[in-house]
Amino acid sequence: MITVGDVVEKLAAKVLAGEQQLDRHVTGGYVGDLLSCVMAGASAGDLWITVQGHPNVVAVASLVGLSGIVVSEGARVDPVTLEKAKLEGIPILSSPRRSFTLIAALVALGVKAAD
Amino acid sequence: MKARYSGNDAATQQEFTKVQELIYELRVDQVMTTPVITLSPESPMNEAKELMRFHRVSGLPIANDGAIRGILSIEDVIRWLERGGGESPAADWMTRKVQTVKGDEAAVQAIAKFGRYKVGRLPVVDRTGAMIGIVTSGDIIGRALRVLDARYREEETRRGSARCTLDELVGEGSAFVLRYEVAPKDFQHAGYAATRVKRVLDGLGMDRKIVRRAGIAAYEAEMNLSIHTDNGGVLLAEIAPEAVVIEATDEGPGIVDVSQALTAGFSSAPDWIRELGFGAGMGLNNMKNAADRFDIESEPGKGTTVRIQIDLNAGRGAQ
Repeated sequence: MITVGDVVEKLAAKVLAGEQQLDRHVTGGYVGDLLSCVMAGASAGDLWITVQGHPNVVAVASLVGLSGIVVSEGARVDPVTLEKAKLEGIPILSSPRRSFTLIAALVALGVKAAD
Repeated sequence: MKARYSGNDAATQQEFTKVQELIYELRVDQVMTTPVITLSPESPMNEAKELMRFHRVSGLPIANDGAIRGILSIEDVIRWLERGGGESPAADWMTRKVQTVKGDEAAVQAIAKFGRYKVGRLPVVDRTGAMIGIVTSGDIIGRALRVLDARYREEETRRGSARCTLDELVGEGSAFVLRYEVAPKDFQHAGYAATRVKRVLDGLGMDRKIVRRAGIAAYEAEMNLSIHTDNGGVLLAEIAPEAVVIEATDEGPGIVDVSQALTAGFSSAPDWIRELGFGAGMGLNNMKNAADRFDIESEPGKGTTVRIQIDLNAGRGAQ
């Protein structure tokens, strides 16, 4: 099974927070920018792709037990978000690529969809 | 001066017992070194000396076709050097009477033999007598320490996730309440209360599906207080042996049409809040779906109370 660290390497993503947690397993994926949808739909262990970069994404990731967050399309990440991510131990990656491209790359890496 | 006792002795004794258990539990073939470096009886002593130096070992079995003929230790090499170190086969200096230990014996057997025969290493043989490895006391200690370390870590993880049961903690028929004040339009801190609630439930070792449902409910309730209220509100998490109840109370503005608010996708959040990813119109629905019992009461101008009850013994698993 692939880890968040593998994703960093294979997708050439930048690690903004959570360097210590890159050994976490990525058991699935979720994409979306509406936080309530993520709360309802994502599963523990999922890697979450979003353009949201404000501090609340960390709370959502922590509550759902996500393996990490990929902020796509070069969206800006609030410095407070990174501080919270460090506190909660949530890896935050950044990529200039579009969400759709990232999903395609993750699927090619073997990340399975839940449904 | 008063005498003081710090209780480390008991811990040390306990560790000793664990090590003793381990050396009975570990089998010789789990701790031995393999493959074995061997020499034939005809090999010159000079080669034996170089081999020991190169591999940093203090003894070598001398074997022919897998059958052990003897063992050559560093003491034998020293003896040979003291006598001039001339050209000579290993067979002339090796110890011929070799003690062995069987691979499927407990490590404690090897330890007993180290003591009884005053040797530092024992060739390991299978039931047919063929040599399959070599074991030193260092191998056993090293392996035992690694196993102990792994078990210690496991135990730490377990302790961290379930310190005590809820019944032990609050007593039957009792509950404890976590209370958080949620500020209006404060998205920097929003989510804090829900994260804390989740951490407490995790700490109590509650079922992960229950923790997830309570976490979702608390998060959505907290968000609603933050997004929609004039003056914020209070989020309560009541934790009892039979149920977890999340309750959010505010003093306005109140919901005009509760049934409309409960429609999935309906949202009264302003655009700037929607751009942050809130206001999907899913909040109340998510709470309702997480709940075994869901109540909402609202009066425009007065305020709103939302109550989500998650039963712990109902056996309804997750969403």
